[in-house]
Amino acid sequence: MPAVSKGDGMRGLAVFISDIRNCKSKEAEIKRINKELANIRSKFKGDKALDGYSKKKYVCKLLFIFLLGHDIDFGHMEAVNLLSSNKYTEKQIGYLFISVLVNSNSELIRLINNAIKNDLASRNPTFMCLALHCIANVGSREMGEAFAADIPRILVAGDSMDSVKQSAALCLLRLYKASPDLVPMGEWTARVVHLLNDQHMGVVTAAVSLITCLCKKNPDDFKTCISLAVSRLSRIVSSASTDLQDYTYYFVPAPWLSVKLLRLLQCYPPPEDAAVKGRLVESLETVLNKAQEPPKSKKVQHSNAKNAILFETISLIIHYDSEPNLLVRACNQLGQFLQHRETNLRYLALESMCTLASSEFSHEAVKTHIDTVINALKTERDVSVRQRAADLLYAMCDRSNAKQIVSEMLRYLETADYAIREEIVLKVAILAEKYAVDYSWYVDTILNLIRIAGDYVSEEVWYRVLQIVTNRDDVQGYAAKTVFEALQAPACHENMVKVGGYILGEFGNLIAGDPRSSPPVQFSLLHSKFHLCSVATRALLLSTYIKFINLFPETKATIQGVLRAGSQLRNADVELQQRAVEYLTLSSVASTDVLATVLEEMPPFPERESSILAKLKRKKGPGAASALDDGRRDASSSDINGAVEPTPSTVSTPSPSADLLGLRAAPPPAAAPAPASAGNLLVDVFSDGPAAQPSLGPTPEEAFLSELEPPAPESPMALLADPAPAADPGPEDIGPPVPEADELLNKFVCKNNGVLFENQLLQIGVKSEFRQNLGRMYLFYGNKTSVQFQNFLPTVVHPGDLQTQLAVQTKRVAAQVDGGAQVQQVLNIECLRDFLTPPLLSVRFRYGGAPQSLTLKLPVTINKFFQPTEMAAQDFFQRWKQLSLPLQEAQKIFKANHPMDAEVTKAKLLGFGSALLDNVDPNPENFVGAGIIQTKALQVGCLLRLEPNAQAQMYRLTLRTSKESVSRHLCELLAQQF
Amino acid sequence: MQFMLLFSRQGKLRLQKWYVPLSDKEKKKITRELVQTVLARKPKMCSFLEWRDLKIVYKRYASLYFCCAIEDQDNELITLEIIHRYVELLDKYFGSVCELDIIFNFEKAYFILDEFLLGGEVQETSKKNVLKAIEQADLLQENRIRITARVSMGGLRKNLY
Repeated sequence: MPAVSKGDGMRGLAVFISDIRNCKSKEAEIKRINKELANIRSKFKGDKALDGYSKKKYVCKLLFIFLLGHDIDFGHMEAVNLLSSNKYTEKQIGYLFISVLVNSNSELIRLINNAIKNDLASRNPTFMCLALHCIANVGSREMGEAFAADIPRILVAGDSMDSVKQSAALCLLRLYKASPDLVPMGEWTARVVHLLNDQHMGVVTAAVSLITCLCKKNPDDFKTCISLAVSRLSRIVSSASTDLQDYTYYFVPAPWLSVKLLRLLQCYPPPEDAAVKGRLVESLETVLNKAQEPPKSKKVQHSNAKNAILFETISLIIHYDSEPNLLVRACNQLGQFLQHRETNLRYLALESMCTLASSEFSHEAVKTHIDTVINALKTERDVSVRQRAADLLYAMCDRSNAKQIVSEMLRYLETADYAIREEIVLKVAILAEKYAVDYSWYVDTILNLIRIAGDYVSEEVWYRVLQIVTNRDDVQGYAAKTVFEALQAPACHENMVKVGGYILGEFGNLIAGDPRSSPPVQFSLLHSKFHLCSVATRALLLSTYIKFINLFPETKATIQGVLRAGSQLRNADVELQQRAVEYLTLSSVASTDVLATVLEEMPPFPERESSILAKLKRKKGPGAASALDDGRRDASSSDINGAVEPTPSTVSTPSPSADLLGLRAAPPPAAAPAPASAGNLLVDVFSDGPAAQPSLGPTPEEAFLSELEPPAPESPMALLADPAPAADPGPEDIGPPVPEADELLNKFVCKNNGVLFENQLLQIGVKSEFRQNLGRMYLFYGNKTSVQFQNFLPTVVHPGDLQTQLAVQTKRVAAQVDGGAQVQQVLNIECLRDFLTPPLLSVRFRYGGAPQSLTLKLPVTINKFFQPTEMAAQDFFQRWKQLSLPLQEAQKIFKANHPMDAEVTKAKLLGFGSALLDNVDPNPENFVGAGIIQTKALQVGCLLRLEPNAQAQMYRLTLRTSKESVSRHLCELLAQQF
Repeated sequence: MQFMLLFSRQGKLRLQKWYVPLSDKEKKKITRELVQTVLARKPKMCSFLEWRDLKIVYKRYASLYFCCAIEDQDNELITLEIIHRYVELLDKYFGSVCELDIIFNFEKAYFILDEFLLGGEVQETSKKNVLKAIEQADLLQENRIRITARVSMGGLRKNLY
């Protein structure tokens, strides 16, 4: 224990501190503290009035305990009492306690404020300073309310001592920062500005901080400070190293004040007054000149103080960005620091140069240091310095050095610290895109990124490469070839599989001619990765597979085999399961035409701000990426990063690079106008919306749904629609449905898309989607002949009561259908109440002069308005029992018409529209489902149970709904499906 | 400046000064995080680092780390010299200051800091003026406790001159 000097000053405190230090364990310390707290508490509560000294000692002990990290919940009142002591030291400890342990107890605040008020009025400068320090340390709104009006008066009063003025200035600053509304502007502000002229350097030093803050908020009101600051600065920088006596720090005159003045000037543009400006430029030059002089001391304090001023001077020069001469000198000076032996200077030089790089005057000068910076990236031992070097390389990058910088950053990435990898990846991706002269280099770079640092390649980055490849047909073949090669690595990153899967799915055909990358080879390469990948990637690959079926019909059988496998169709993940089921169905029911439409190549993405740039901005705060963004005033480069319109120069003089970058001017790769419906199917995976789900190929239905709106009567659609009843030919006008109509209808009970009808003249395809009681159906009429159909008139007819049960709005189609052409008709359907018979579709036209007519059943059955309902076993049985009236149940026992495959049955039941409930039926062979039929007028809850008997090749189907007719009808519809 | 922390090589906090309003919980969290970060750095590394949206400037004197958090536009080098000037003030006042002085006379360390920095800004840079203010106060004080025995830790002065 250290010996304590004579006198019993605060001996008890010293002893207590020693005790604490001697504690061997945390527990011992806590025990000692609790003992002390108990002691203090009893002293404070005791009958005997404590003298000032004891109070001070105990308050000080409490403070010490608090600073050790323990909670203190008493002693505040004793501390407040100390404030009004006449003894300075007691007062001082009281203030310290209050400053450290502010309590928003309003009663206490009132007492504290009272004590402060007394001290401020005491005219004793030492007491006044204590009070001002306390306000500045606490800085609360309550104190602002009490004193914000008084302090300006103290600050500018002629008789205030210098030390009081200093404290008052900074005290006011703290209050102004905390609650600017409380500080009244007024006559004092003009006088504050004149403190810049004060004799006392300490007063100026304190006042500049306050003035700078006021200037930031009200620049126009404080403009007069510019000339005062310039003259003060000029006097300091031109003074000899000893002129300022105690304000000289290691031979540097007033470094703190100089830095503050230079900061103040950065609140304004360059001075308008020529004389002031001349004087300022002269001062700035003096600072730059002094940097070249030999040091007056070897001490690091000397060089730090001197360079602090130098860096602040350079900041001001960069802020003005108007003096090319100074900018280039600043750059040269920083260049020297880049190789300085002081790590701190190298760090700051790299940081400062980053801002210089964005000035058009100094950008070229910064670029000359590229080798030094690259060297720093490779050799600096401190990661924070390397980070600065990477930032600077990013900032100095332009078309002339992009390849070098990107390759250096890629190389650095291999060994980079984990903490900064993601940022480096983003930067490389942005630079590679921004300065790509040929896009094969871009593709190579991104694939390298994935190879080197796959874990750090965020979705934004690999989404972006897909956007660019999709939008640029000149690179698609190359991209396909490169990803194919990259995927051959035995271990490749999952992001590579994603990019590879997507690109081959879109553009694999471009390399299919080469037997080494023939379709089966491509497929088996991708599929070899499948099982190692996450759900999201597998979902993407499933989309690739269905695209393959379209691109390469020869792979269809293999891929269908994969989709049909139990591991897909029965996958525990709903997304995978849904994709497998839907893709399998799509591939087996859709004609090649429909497949080709649905699985068409993605259209170009609309250009908007690059998602990676946005991410970098988020990461680094708003200012960071803008160095690259707005800093470069390179008129010849319109960039593809932002949603930038091609500048006139790129349009009129298409240089190779301008052509590359003028993305908007490029013709859309897939020029064939896709049918409108296909557009609806394509979902922009990169949309900014919250749907960040990485699924690439949303199922057609999902996309469809998002387009589905209830057909409101006032919508344009409705205005264009046929006034259906009037235009409808009466039922007597149309012939009976074709003989196979019922069979055709049955095909669509469990599916929504496919070919509805086909003969030698005409093919009718259907695509439909239903949500709640609404539906939208697209009918595609294909003329299979080479002769034009005339008077082509498809109409929808509602036989019987159907008119009141189902509303179908149709859009008229062109009366002529050219040979080989296809026309499309949109139907908006609303289910008003439950119905039994489907509407009829009548198609009439003239072919080669002969009238043709055809009537079909439109595949709209009541189950289309089924909404699946999930429920637990218990709920199911409860509801099942509730629906036990004989009429509510319909049952059918029938022979299987198709092979009894559980997976197919499941798919059919799902297609029928009900939810499939697992773990409800005690017999796992049985199927149980639930759902609600949604109509405008009513909802019908439905439960179903299907019991297959494999031995007998029979099924028993039981339907229970709240409506007799519905039960029967559903039972009939469904029974025909198995 | 947003705050200043003094802590030992063992991670014990010796002084904390906050110039922005923060909850006790937040203060403890920041302290824990920063002490860990700074102590993990190697001796020759640079004195500045980015931390959250602040810049950290730190320097080690003997067994004590002095660590300041400044805002984006603040000057790192001058902050380094703020630290140094504070150490000089402590050294002059205590006469070859060491960590123990700051432990046993923590209230003095706070008083000196308040004379030098107020509200996070430099108030008075003249060593003479700051010490004059403190000594005036001491004249009003009856007895001053001095630690005379210095355990073998050596003064902070080692790095000072």
